[in-house]
Parts: sequence; C-alpha cells; structure tokens
Amino acid sequence: MKAITVENIVKTYRIKKGVVEALNDISFSVDRGEIFGIIGPDGAGKTSLFRVLTTLLRADSGTATIDGFDVIKGYKQIRNRVGYMPGRFSLYQDLSVQENLEFFAAIFDTTIAQNYDLIKEIYQQIEPFKARKAGQLSGGMKQKLALCCALIHKPSVLFLDEPTTGVDAVSRKEFWEMLHRLKIQGITILVSTAYMDEASLCDKVALMQKGRLLSVNTTQGIIAQFKKTIWAIKATEMFRLMNELKNSEAIESCYPFGQYHHVVFKPAANNSELLKNIAVRGHFTQFEMKQIEPGIEDCFMELMQA
Amino acid sequence: MKQFLIFVKKEWLHIWRDRRTLFILIWMPVVQIVLYGFALTNEVKNSNIAILDQAHDEASITIANKIAASRYFNLVKNLYSYNDIEATFKQGKIRMAIVFPSGFRHDLLHANSAQIQIIADASDPNTANTLTNYAATIVTDYQATLNHEQKLPYTISTQVRMLYNPELKGAYNFVPGVMALVLMLVCAMMTSMAIVKEKEMGTMEVILVSPLKPFRIIIAKTVPYLFVSFINIITILLLSVYALDVPISGSVWLLLAESILFTITSLSIGILISNSATTQQAAMFMAMLSLFLPTLLFSGFMFPIENMPFPLQIISNIVPAKWYFVIIKAVMIKGLGFAAIWKETLILIGMTAALLGISIYQFKIRLA
Repeated sequence: MKAITVENIVKTYRIKKGVVEALNDISFSVDRGEIFGIIGPDGAGKTSLFRVLTTLLRADSGTATIDGFDVIKGYKQIRNRVGYMPGRFSLYQDLSVQENLEFFAAIFDTTIAQNYDLIKEIYQQIEPFKARKAGQLSGGMKQKLALCCALIHKPSVLFLDEPTTGVDAVSRKEFWEMLHRLKIQGITILVSTAYMDEASLCDKVALMQKGRLLSVNTTQGIIAQFKKTIWAIKATEMFRLMNELKNSEAIESCYPFGQYHHVVFKPAANNSELLKNIAVRGHFTQFEMKQIEPGIEDCFMELMQA
Repeated sequence: MKQFLIFVKKEWLHIWRDRRTLFILIWMPVVQIVLYGFALTNEVKNSNIAILDQAHDEASITIANKIAASRYFNLVKNLYSYNDIEATFKQGKIRMAIVFPSGFRHDLLHANSAQIQIIADASDPNTANTLTNYAATIVTDYQATLNHEQKLPYTISTQVRMLYNPELKGAYNFVPGVMALVLMLVCAMMTSMAIVKEKEMGTMEVILVSPLKPFRIIIAKTVPYLFVSFINIITILLLSVYALDVPISGSVWLLLAESILFTITSLSIGILISNSATTQQAAMFMAMLSLFLPTLLFSGFMFPIENMPFPLQIISNIVPAKWYFVIIKAVMIKGLGFAAIWKETLILIGMTAALLGISIYQFKIRLA
C-alpha cells in the first residue's frame, strides 16, 4: 500500500469575481518511507495541496488517500496518524517550549517520554531554552520546536509545508539531516519548498507551478530527461554579460547560477564559436566558459519555461 | 480525560499569562458595581431648592424648615422677590422653588385654606415629578399635625407599605441588573475571542489535525472562563452586601447555582459567536452589538418590559438576561425559593443546551 495517493485533485477558490485554480488535476503517489519533495515558487498551490491531504480542505473533485484512508471519509483516522507542520509558525506563542510539546503529546494521547527517542536529536538542541516562551525563539528554533511537536506522536506520514523558509543556511542543512534520520525510522515525509537546491535532498520530487505538476520523478530521472547541453560562463562584468547573452538570437535561455551564468543554445547554433564572439565583441575581462553536466535546478528552469 | 485536562490547563495558561486582560476581567465588575451604585443612581437626593417666603409667619417657617431639613432637599437660597425665581432657575442653581404667599397662616386659620406654590424645573420630567411629590408629602405631613388638634368628621388615611425594599433603594433593582449585564459581557466576550484567536494565530490548523473532538475543544475552552466568572459572581455579591447594603434574602447556594447556570449560558453564546467570526475584532464587535444593547434594554432592569410594545415584549423572551434578572430578584431581594423560579431556570437550561448544541454542530472540522 502506498503511503500517499493523489488522483485528479482539483481545488479552486472564488476570490471576489474571479476563480483561482489552486490545484489543477494533480495526481501522484508516494511510497512508504520516502522523502517526497514538492518544489515550486510562491503561489504554486503547495499549501492548498497540503491542506487537502491533511483533511483540512475539501477538494472540488478527485480523490486522495493517506495510508489507505480517504481524506474525506477517513479524516478521523488520518488525523490520528499524521504529523502536520504548517508553513506559518502555528504553536502557542505564550506557552513555553516544554508546555507546547507536552500539550501536543497529550492531545495525541502520548507522553514526551514515550517517543523521546524520535525527537531526541532535534529536541536536545532546543532543550536549553525549554522554559522560554515559543514566541521568543529564533526562527530556526521555532522550526525545530514545530517539527518536534509534529513528531511527538510518532506519525506514519509527516507533512512539512515549507519548513525551511526563512531559516539560515546552517539550520537548513541540519533540518534536512534530521529528515533523513526520520526517514530511516520509516516515516514517510512529504515536504514542500521554494528552494530548488533542496530538491536533490529528496528521494523523489514533483515540480509544481500554477496549480499543475510539471514533472514527477527521482532527481536522477529528471536530470536524465534533460537532453540539452549546458554551458557555464563567467566574466568580471557579470551583469553586462547577462544582458548581452539575452539579446543574442542564438541563445534559448540564460540564468544566473551563483558565480556562473548557465546558458542553453538553440539547437542549430554553433555554440563555442558564438560564445567566443560575444566575449570578443563585448571586451569582457577574465572570460571563462565550460560545458557542464546539468543539475536539478537547470532542469526545473527548463521545465518551468515550457 | 487526560486530553481534556491538558486542554483546560493550556487555556488557563493563556488567561493567566495575559495579565492585563485578566486584570480587566476581574476588575470590570467591581468598577461597574461601584459606578452604578454611587454615580449613576436615579434616586433624588440633595436637590438644590430656593424658598420665597412672603409670609414669614409661624406656619411658613415651620414648613420651610421641615423641607430644608429633609435629605431630599438642600436649601441654597432665600429669595426676596418673585422676579428672582426665574433668574435663579436660569442660572441653573436650583431645581425647585417654593413660594409662600403673604398672610399664609392667616388664610390657613381663618379662611381654612391656604396655598403654596411649587415651581419645578421640568426639563428633566422624572426628577421634577419626584421632587414635587416629596415637597407635597412634607406639606401634607404638616397638615396632618394641624388636623390632629381639631377632629374632622371623615378622613381616609392610606397606609403604604413598600415590600422587599422599604427604603426604596435603587440598588435593589440595579444589583441584579448589573450582575446580569456584567456576567453576560465578561463571559460572552471572553469566550468569543477564544476560538477565533486559534484561527487567527494559525493554531487551529494544527489542533484540527489531531484526534481532538469538537465538543471537547469547546467544553475545555469554557471551563477556565467559568472559574473567572465565578470569581466575578463572588465579588459582585460581596460588594452588594457590604458596600451597597443590599442583603441576600434567599439562599446563597441557590443564588450561586443560578448564577453559574447563567454564566454557562453566556459562555455558550460566546462560543457560538466565536465559531462564526473569522477575526478577533469581528468577534468582539459581534459580542458587543448582539449582547450589550439587548441585555441593557430587554433584561427589565433599566426599562420595565411591561411598558414595551407587544412585539418587543416577545423579543425580550429570547434574551437570557431577562430570565436571570427575574431569578436574581426573586432569590436575592424577595427571598423566594426554587419553587418560585423553576420555570425561569428551566428556560435558561433549555437555552444553554440549544446554544451548546448549535456550537458543537457548527464547529468547523475543516478550514473554510
């Protein structure tokens, strides 16, 4: 049995006169013990999808199951067995770290001691502040506490809606390490993020944009589908270089990626010659170019263009 | 059960840590009772008057002294001409003037009839009425002492007894009224915030995805407020007995039990409001609008319900405070037992059950 199945889910919102399609015919499934990432920009429909799956919203049409339970008919069973961490910090700000955790343990009819093993590594980091009010924690600590609260009843499926948004790079890295440890414990994790670099940390990813799933595959699978050649270019005058590249007719796409610009040429163009021409014409200094293997982010950029 | 208790504990912590709100909740009834008790009274006391005595004889001086000595009146000015009367009224210094014509005693003894003119400022008709009545009573008293000496053939004397409140104290009426008003406002407003707050803070999203049942959430949210309200009931009763001299004639336990019942009714109204509102501000506004005015108007404590047009009398029946007001007056002032108020009690119980039922039924198990 799959941990999560989603079939043809449609969800629309009526906002004033217009109708917004938040989820447009979404289908996918997640295997048990998998980390499944939903990657997409803001407004792609990630939170709506999470709310449908956590039984908080009714979809207009389509079906979805969690651990075999239907999200409408079996909502009570689902609410017993999943952990949910909403995108917005949703704990009691006026309760202390420990009180929050105790509360969430108790409403799931368990105790902190019973499942301490599961949260130990995360909780140890915030334990020095356990008497502090949740509202006074830093962003990263809030996320860790929220994760602890979502985990304290040993859920079989964990829903994390943008858990790393607004969290510093070090904490983000730690957070993902925690997720991998949880995966080893057999917990299925559905995680959404707007950061594409986090895609490679998932077992499988779905790229989402404007309520549609663009591609569902393993990270390697998505990269394998990418047939085009990617060039990385660098010069001292990065901004002018970008404008120059965008204006060139032979170039299909061009994005800044850290120190380099990643460039894809139209099929007919004579790649390396063209690049050299641009460099010479534009009098760029320290011009550097090389052919590289595509990364997951290149693939997403490509998919989102289509 | 453990789920329930931890939820109650959590709610209690919310109340306890928000010290400012807790302070307001505890002190609001005290302030209201003191305000109504000493400032907003409609009893007439120490009204300023002036006397124009053109007779200056034994009779007029005796009556004038009696009036000036009464606790209702405060003689501020002796006038010497008729024209002064209007001038003094216009200055706003007096509410009433009394005029004795010249030869007052002479007329009284020899013509068997004398006149006193009482002029009152009727821009406030109720006060004017009360004042002239008081003055007339004092004059009648004087007349009675005169008559005592000479026997009249036929006299009918009325004996008036004011039951339950012989001194006609306003406090006997408003203490039950303020109890109804304060308990209704405190309880309903407090709880109307309770559920909306969880929606606003986003915590509702998390506790919905848990095995918590709606009716447990609702009951758990009302319990700590019941405790706060109980403190309010005690302070109001202590204040009314020791500060306002309104005794509790009936059973204290019955009074407390009925008050707790009314508190639960009010809490249920708050929960119902909380269910349908989406922001704390909206909930607050709804509670104020739908509770404050109806309670004030239809509980019968400010305006007698019997005097209202028939449709309004019917509407007044759905205001819980009306029934509670009747109960409190019966138990506290008249000293009646449960036999006299079982009907009102039953109505309150029915209302509470209906309100709680609707709240639990309406509780949204999903977002939106």
